[in-house]
Amino acid sequence: MNITIDINGKNVSAAIEPRVTLLDFVRDVAGLKGTHAGCEHGVCGACTILLDGEAVRSCLILAAQAEGSQITTIEAVDGTARQPGELSVIQDAFCEAHGLQCGYCTPGMVLAAKTLLQHNPTPSREQVREAISGNMCRCTGYVQIIDAIMLAAERLQGRNQPANGA
Amino acid sequence: MKSASFDYVRPDTLDAVCSCLASHPDARIIAGGQSLVPMLAMRLARPSLVVDIAHIDELSAIRDDDDALVIGAMVRQATALSDPLVATHLPLLAKALTHVGHPSTRARGTVGGSLVHADPSAEIPLVAVTLGASLRIRDANEDFEFNAEEFFIGPMLTMIPPTACLFEICFRKPTSANVGTGFHEIAARRSDYALAAAAAHIEADDAGIVQDLRLAIGGISDFPQRLPVDVNIDLSAGKTNLGSNLTTAIDAALDSIDVVEDMHASASYRRRVAAELARRAVDDALSEIAQDLS
Repeated sequence: MNITIDINGKNVSAAIEPRVTLLDFVRDVAGLKGTHAGCEHGVCGACTILLDGEAVRSCLILAAQAEGSQITTIEAVDGTARQPGELSVIQDAFCEAHGLQCGYCTPGMVLAAKTLLQHNPTPSREQVREAISGNMCRCTGYVQIIDAIMLAAERLQGRNQPANGA
Repeated sequence: MKSASFDYVRPDTLDAVCSCLASHPDARIIAGGQSLVPMLAMRLARPSLVVDIAHIDELSAIRDDDDALVIGAMVRQATALSDPLVATHLPLLAKALTHVGHPSTRARGTVGGSLVHADPSAEIPLVAVTLGASLRIRDANEDFEFNAEEFFIGPMLTMIPPTACLFEICFRKPTSANVGTGFHEIAARRSDYALAAAAAHIEADDAGIVQDLRLAIGGISDFPQRLPVDVNIDLSAGKTNLGSNLTTAIDAALDSIDVVEDMHASASYRRRVAAELARRAVDDALSEIAQDLS
């Protein structure tokens, strides 16, 4: 069947089998490899993307179901075109707080964090834990990831800006 | 982890869904897909046709029907969780929804999908049984309904015919102003499948006399079940400790339930935990009412 999906503001069309998941569509048709394939049955959260602004698991959605929705992947995490290597506030906070080691879970973690901070700009640590409860990390032990999201929340509110704006 | 091949259709009316199901005996309905897609990926389900019901608008509405709140089968769990009507009239459902999956699965998973999937440890079926919800179903252009208590008949097994589609769920609103609810579950990890869960919905009159005590357990047997506890509770003098009558009644009700055992937990563990969670759920519900009355 022919499918057209808006991915990061660009319409991507392809003739695919109905069994193709949104994850495989994003990686193999759109060629965006930042979305990681982990368990492919909805357990690990590595394939998290934003569908109409909400974090979802792309392995649990058929590409056909996503027609008409707007998809955002890690490549366009803050909606603006960036040069390779240029980071959004949340990504930068993950680097600074050592919120990643091998990096496999990181795109999913960053997008789960983005959804959380959109709904709740000042989350408690407990709320952060709940927001990333569906994302597995086998390296960090999660503590630094929570630190990173708390740091990102603070920065997104501009609370670490110098008082005089200098 | 790739599905076997299937065809996909996206009907825009409920009747069209029923005719697809009638013409393909092994067709499966996809709502949010949070249970079906993993089953497809693991090839536990190999339908020839997948029928997407997301484009039938009336299935995604929450309707206020005077004495009932009617939730469309396709209403997403996250939508129900943030809906003010659900928060006002179905506090038990609102409480339970926070335990359903994770934020990222609730964004896609639906209220109706969870009910027809009928996982024994799922929260929404437990709430439907506790509240005696009516599940409205269309089959070959004919509508009928099941009470949640008679709908679930085994693990992943319900009374729904293979050619039928659940289209809405009717929850009776509380009749009393003094309502208390409690929901507790225990799982190996946050939001994992519950090893045991308990839900309580209690209504009391203005004098503080409990008129309706609904208690049910999930996760410990093949499907969620009511625990009949017939105890007189008077909150007029403020809330006291749960009487030994109530504790005995919960234990006695649990005695008649066939508790399952698997590699995750023994039957004895599940029974003991269920008793404690049931007590806590009732305790929370009574505390809420006592607070309202004082």
